[in-house]
Amino acid sequence: MNIHEYQAKQLLAQYGAAVPKGEACLTVDSARQYAEKLFASGEKIVIVKAQIHAGGRGKGTFTTGFKGGVKLCHSLDEVVQNATAMLGNVLVTKQTGPAGRKVNKLYVCTAAEIKKELYCAILLDRATSRPIFMASTEGGMDIEEVAAKTPEKIFKIAIDPAVGMMPFHGRKLAIALGLKGGLIGEAAKMFLALYKTWWECDASMVEINPLCVVAGQKGKDTLLAVDAKIGLDDNSLFRHPEIQAMRDLAEEAPLETEASKHELNYIKLDGNIACLVNGAGLAMATMDIIKHFGGEPANFLDVGGGASREQVTAAFQIIMSDPNVKGILVNIFGGIMQCDIIAAGIVDAAKVTHLNLPLVVRLEGNNSKLGKTILKDSGLPIISGDSMADAAQKIVEAVKNAKVAKKNAKAAK
Amino acid sequence: MSILVTPKTKILVQGITGSFGAKHTQLSLDYGTQVVAGVTPGKGGQTFDHGDKHVPIFDSVAQAVKESGATASVIFVPPPFAADSILEAVDAELDLVVCITEGIPVRDMVKVKRAMQGRKTRLIGPNCPGIVVPGEGKDSFGGCRIGICPGYINKKGHIGVVSRSGTLTYEAVWQLTCRGVGQSACVGIGGDPVNGSSHLDIIKMFNDDPETTGMIMIGEIGGSSEEEAAEWIKKNCRKPVAGFIAGATAPPGRRMGHAGAIISGGKGTAAAKIAAFKEAGIGVAKTPSEMADTLLKMM
Repeated sequence: MNIHEYQAKQLLAQYGAAVPKGEACLTVDSARQYAEKLFASGEKIVIVKAQIHAGGRGKGTFTTGFKGGVKLCHSLDEVVQNATAMLGNVLVTKQTGPAGRKVNKLYVCTAAEIKKELYCAILLDRATSRPIFMASTEGGMDIEEVAAKTPEKIFKIAIDPAVGMMPFHGRKLAIALGLKGGLIGEAAKMFLALYKTWWECDASMVEINPLCVVAGQKGKDTLLAVDAKIGLDDNSLFRHPEIQAMRDLAEEAPLETEASKHELNYIKLDGNIACLVNGAGLAMATMDIIKHFGGEPANFLDVGGGASREQVTAAFQIIMSDPNVKGILVNIFGGIMQCDIIAAGIVDAAKVTHLNLPLVVRLEGNNSKLGKTILKDSGLPIISGDSMADAAQKIVEAVKNAKVAKKNAKAAK
Repeated sequence: MSILVTPKTKILVQGITGSFGAKHTQLSLDYGTQVVAGVTPGKGGQTFDHGDKHVPIFDSVAQAVKESGATASVIFVPPPFAADSILEAVDAELDLVVCITEGIPVRDMVKVKRAMQGRKTRLIGPNCPGIVVPGEGKDSFGGCRIGICPGYINKKGHIGVVSRSGTLTYEAVWQLTCRGVGQSACVGIGGDPVNGSSHLDIIKMFNDDPETTGMIMIGEIGGSSEEEAAEWIKKNCRKPVAGFIAGATAPPGRRMGHAGAIISGGKGTAAAKIAAFKEAGIGVAKTPSEMADTLLKMM
């Protein structure tokens, strides 16, 4: 699960990291009121940031033509202007894809005088099964680009989960980043807070980019997490109701949310051949084989090991809500699950959804003969596939033919 | 010999009284597997009855091991309690623990993996279909089935199968069996980012197993387990290996069903894994329909 920047900063602050003073605002009016407070308390600049689950906001463009999802404001009028231009409008960044994301929330916060931009993140290192702390002097940049071009500028420390991160780890990183004097201890404290956030919240990733050296009070430099991103381990949400409450359904694809209600694992893609499969590996392989034979998969859909009739029906409804879908491939390896039950589910679903698209079904395993008979006797125009390859070729062909037929019908008119 | 277990291995089931654990214990008993004990805290003294089989239930793994002589365990415990169950089995010094449970928090597995360092127990999984060592009987009856794999699709023979995915394993096994080619063992290592055994751990065992003459290795996007195995195979493996990688069409940054199946930061792509396979002389199946044929052509 992903959360917004303002929520990530709330979590970080809870574990002792220094973050700017800020608040989430749902309306222009609340943004104005909060900014007024900040100006009244002596702030010279207030920042208005669009809250969407995607990076690259500062350089993004709204579909209205308004440029930038992060704005520095020197007056209340500027806050109101920018908030009005952002709220309710669609922001396109290099991470959102061309469709962009609608901005429903703003984060209004204080600005600091930035002297240096650093990068740090905590991730799981799958090769060692340990958390790894990464830091770089190249803050504010795309870290993948830094890793590719100047890997020597990234410092990494693997953390022993039995002991956790120690202050010396933090100091070691601070020194590697070129920090001096009091900032070394301050950075160590900050890094430990980030690690604690990662560990205690069951995060999959905590990323601060940039982590900034800013001008503090009495001319003393200090550190501040200027931007923050946190991803959370879905498997752990059951023990974090407070984090679960941060889920923003508006940021998720509606069909995927609907699928999750039926315990189906669905991911929408851009192609036109939908697939319905049991098992994640087989579902991925089914997408691949559609592509191999010249088609484009419309989705990933894993109905799991013990799909019920109701789930199969729900899966068909979800697949068919995607207007791009021109054909469906069902690929079931009934190891434990019984193919006749799946077949009955498919017949039900085809009837309930008034299916009028080509449907190829490949059933293998337990009671597969009985399953095939049920499909055949249903009177529905279901095409049977003998192997994965045969089924994939048949659906690609059927969709192609349907397209040609449609074209010819148009030409005849 | 096969790898990890034999048809004689005595198995205990942690979570035997839950509906999922019970169903698969019955299927394992039907397959002829030596299920000798169950563990459900608080239900010690009861029995798990299936036909003429009466499997004693114990309150702890330690008691079950002492009374039954089990050397391997299979875990069907719900995610919040699974890490505790794994470590209880490690504490009882079992040789092998197979954890079927899907959805265990990553942090729990990070702790488990750390705690298992230096211990004798091998962990397979979590989030895996388990192990099948086919038996001599009809439809491979009489074998050792630990987990949730269908037993009847197997056939006793000499091909080792290792995979991160359940249904893709069944697909490969079924392709082999339909061509009259049997398996020495089929091992599902699981789809989680932190797991007990890697592709490489299993490949090494198959390489050392005199009964195994060839292998099918099935991988998917995410992590680098396949690349590590390929690197070792290139230098050390004496037997033909065919492979398939799922997820060539998966979009980056999205988790494809399995918690570990994600391309992150441009790493863990199918293209990189396929290239590593080719570089190591592993026969790459172009489609999942050709896994068995790709291997058989090499043998």
